Amino acid sequence: MRLGLYLAGDSLFHRMSPGPKLATVAVAGTVLFFLDDWRALAASLGVVLLLYAIARVPWPVAVAQIRPTLWVLGLLFVMLALIEGPLAGVVMVLRFAALILLAALVTLTTRVSDMTDAIEAGLRPFARLGLNPAVVSLAISMAIRFIPLIAEITREVRDAQRARGLGRSVLAVAVPVIVRTIKLADDVADAMDARSYDPTPRSRRDHAAVAAADRDTGNRAR
Amino acid sequence: MSLSKPVMRRERHAPRDTTGSPPTPTDGMIEITGVSHRFGDREVLKTLSLTLRERRVAVVGSNGSGKSTFARLLNGLQVPTEGRVLVDGLDTRTEGRAVRRHVGFVFQNPDNQIVYPIVEEDLAFGLKNLGLDKREIAARIDAVLTRYGLENQRQQPSHTLSGGEKQLLAISGVLVMAPRYVVLDEPTTLLDLRNKRRVAEAIRGLDQTAIVVTHDLDLVKDFDRVLVFDDGRVVIDDAPSRALARYVDAMG
Repeated sequence: MRLGLYLAGDSLFHRMSPGPKLATVAVAGTVLFFLDDWRALAASLGVVLLLYAIARVPWPVAVAQIRPTLWVLGLLFVMLALIEGPLAGVVMVLRFAALILLAALVTLTTRVSDMTDAIEAGLRPFARLGLNPAVVSLAISMAIRFIPLIAEITREVRDAQRARGLGRSVLAVAVPVIVRTIKLADDVADAMDARSYDPTPRSRRDHAAVAAADRDTGNRAR
Repeated sequence: MSLSKPVMRRERHAPRDTTGSPPTPTDGMIEITGVSHRFGDREVLKTLSLTLRERRVAVVGSNGSGKSTFARLLNGLQVPTEGRVLVDGLDTRTEGRAVRRHVGFVFQNPDNQIVYPIVEEDLAFGLKNLGLDKREIAARIDAVLTRYGLENQRQQPSHTLSGGEKQLLAISGVLVMAPRYVVLDEPTTLLDLRNKRRVAEAIRGLDQTAIVVTHDLDLVKDFDRVLVFDDGRVVIDDAPSRALARYVDAMG
């Protein structure tokens, strides 16, 4: 499963810092919703595809970004076509396709850690309101990390039940998956503890004290 | 038993409970003194006293014998119900955070300890927690990836690695933090033979003192010391040649 994850590369977009990229998506998203001429939207989509070419993203990967949303787009098109006419449907589909592909391009060319660093920096002004930016960015990273793992757990549970002759049952799958996920969360919390994770905001952390404690016991980096 | 030794009080930092001899600077050892541990009514460890100084210590025993709990005591993930654990003089009860910086812990299932989506990001996790600067972080990641032959996986999504590579990543994630001790809880249990060998090789090459909990007797046959746990007690404590033979005999 390739979930819009980073695709290593060295294009202009890969080297661009993530802040402007995220800002571009936000601005472009807003602009796209004010455009309602299909030609302008088609041109926007064309520009986005051009950006894919510049970022040297292989076409199959580009197509894979939009494929999971095709049925939603199809449904939207049909509904709008019936209510407001086919042109409204075309406008909506072009708009979403351009936006989804643009956002996907950002995730494809930005490392999750760079992205979360940017989000962390962007959220820093809110720290005064009691928000811990480091925790937010960690949560985003971990969500991305654990989606494939939880998908795997779900597959295992479903296989185990199928092996014992159970048909489709959402509840029968959901309960063991949730239980295993909670257990997983417990283990992960332990592992983070074991790797010295400290949830207090970085600015308030006392590295000097830790370093002093290290000197006391003679811990030196190897 | 050593708890009955005369109590010397010494207050170095903040006043703290010092039941026993004061922490002495040592050349690296873990001291377990009068440790018992209970989960509810169940006593999983029964008044254990041990000093670990060897470079390679194996912990074996049947399921539920208390080995994993024992391992978790060593870096303060678990604090004993009674008694205390000192790592180079640091008490896991009062200085858990400092202890965890010296004692790395590798869990059985690498999937549960890889936190970040990309290999190099995960390696950076612990280093960022130590407050190291970017250059130092990059240098340590380079070194550990080269050491375990994971250079080509550097930017790969961690969930696409093979089982053996995941375990090596988990070990690497701990080693980059330069701990002085590494505790490994059944590191080869989920691996096939080839990956088992790869991980065994990695353990053999550790610069650190390693304490390995395992069912894999082959893995520990050249260790310095073997502890056999049974029902919360250490029933055999000997060199591997003798300890493992007795353990296998006892299992029938």
